[in-house]
Amino acid sequence: MKFLSDKAVDRLRQDANVPDLSGTRYQLLERVARGGMGVVYRALDEMLGRRVALKVLDLPAADVELARRLNREARVLARLEHPGIVPVHDVGTLADGRVFYAMKFVEGQRLDKHIETVTSLPDRLRLFLRICDAVAFAHARGVLHRDLKPANVMVGAFGEVLVMDWGLAKILREQPGVAAEEDPEVSILHSPEASGGPADAIEATQVTGQGTVLGTPGYMSPEQARGDVTHVDERSDIFSLGAFLRFLVTPPATANSHLRWRQDKALEAICAKATESNPANRYASVSELSADVSRYLDGLPVSARKETVFDRAARFYRRYTVAILLIAAYLIARTLILLFFHR
Amino acid sequence: MAGDQFPVTRWSVIDAVKSEDPTRHERALDTLFAAYWKPVYKYVRLRWNRPAEDAQDLTQGFFAEVLERELMAKYDPAKSKLRTYLRLCVDSFVMNQEKAARRQKRGGNATHLALDFQAAEGELAGATIDAASIPSPESLEQFFEKEWVRSLFALAVEDLRKFCAQRGRERTFRLFEDYDLSGDPEISYEKLAAQYAIPVTEVTNALSWARREFRRIALERLRELCGSDEEFRREARAVFGSDAA
Repeated sequence: MKFLSDKAVDRLRQDANVPDLSGTRYQLLERVARGGMGVVYRALDEMLGRRVALKVLDLPAADVELARRLNREARVLARLEHPGIVPVHDVGTLADGRVFYAMKFVEGQRLDKHIETVTSLPDRLRLFLRICDAVAFAHARGVLHRDLKPANVMVGAFGEVLVMDWGLAKILREQPGVAAEEDPEVSILHSPEASGGPADAIEATQVTGQGTVLGTPGYMSPEQARGDVTHVDERSDIFSLGAFLRFLVTPPATANSHLRWRQDKALEAICAKATESNPANRYASVSELSADVSRYLDGLPVSARKETVFDRAARFYRRYTVAILLIAAYLIARTLILLFFHR
Repeated sequence: MAGDQFPVTRWSVIDAVKSEDPTRHERALDTLFAAYWKPVYKYVRLRWNRPAEDAQDLTQGFFAEVLERELMAKYDPAKSKLRTYLRLCVDSFVMNQEKAARRQKRGGNATHLALDFQAAEGELAGATIDAASIPSPESLEQFFEKEWVRSLFALAVEDLRKFCAQRGRERTFRLFEDYDLSGDPEISYEKLAAQYAIPVTEVTNALSWARREFRRIALERLRELCGSDEEFRREARAVFGSDAA
């Protein structure tokens, strides 16, 4: 038996892992990143002459469970046509047996890196609202993301915000007319009749059975952390969004002075309500959460916090600072003139 | 579901060693020993700092112990990786030998495996392993893993060679050997094409086929050596080094 040197072992590891794209329309360009199930490569779609991202499974399709998960992720993405969700173009199996799907190649930065350049709190909140739009859209289509975190959001070169990595997504309810198109081999869906509401949603997938913990600590709701899949619903994503919002509004400890802003009680109340341990106490929908953030941005009272008179006055002052200062200046000037003429 | 995860064409040494069927049992042990004897020998040499002769006896003794004490039947895939279990068994075996303060001479009725220790010693003598670089338990685990991957790949390359010979694709294997196994940083598809007087596209296709088959064979061997689907996935990622690429 031939002895393999360290160099030979390394080369075998590298070369044997490169996906075999022969017989496909894609030409491999470079490895970009690795995800939970596979590796993402940048490739050229030779037929259309455009760059795409190829997500290729680690193991051959004979690994039924992983192949089903990747197929499922592609199908989840295919049903979510939204400017805030990365579009999928193609799905298939390579000559080496590995399942892949092709999606839009997003040139940009992960949000956790990009955010370092966003120094204004309102700009950060506006970014958050766009993420909420995409998630709310997915919820409206009956899809939960279940792994929302800054590393799973990309900000493109032209400021587009895209929610990525739907590998852990859960489908709560089927869209009318879609079930018939599903491949039964990869279908994880169940009909809306079987569901009495979010809390009753039954996950048909065998990937994430009861007791299986999927998600990222720090962004994962308590019910997800317990692996209690029957109680995971839209409010679990709302929990993650609340943790996400807290990340966005908390300046890093090492930040320069220009990155420091006041820790606002209203914002903190929004984060706290979204991340309540009891799902019943959280926002009922992403739209409610984003509406509260929008109200905050507009200087209006937020539903998450009951204001005191002082809070209201402070908010009123912040909202109409210029007008208040002008009026105050006018009144002071007027008083001084009156005093001067009455001497 | 279990059937989906482990189709009948696949098998695992973990199940097969418990089999009543002597042929299946023996094949499982052969597979296990083929993949692990060199990592075990080198590990004993370096971790326990044993001279070659002692390490040979201990390696033989260890595998005899695996057979006699049915260590594989005691392995629980839910608790650890097979590789880690075997490494800990080696540690425990060597420590017990030390405690007894005598080396167990193997012979007579004891099981004796035909292992090419000279080759393993030759590999150790090469510059590829630096004993000084493996002082901590973590690096020992890495060392054992590295040797195990080398052993797995060497077996898969040998299988590929036979596979190519069966299909009359000896030249494909030679191209694979020259490009992927030589470790020569100067080698290129163009050089190989000139050397074999064939078009570059033929080199590309041949290497693509050989790598695909190598990967398939290595994964099949790996699957045999794993106790569960989850362990197989973890090991496959570790072996093909996606993270390290």
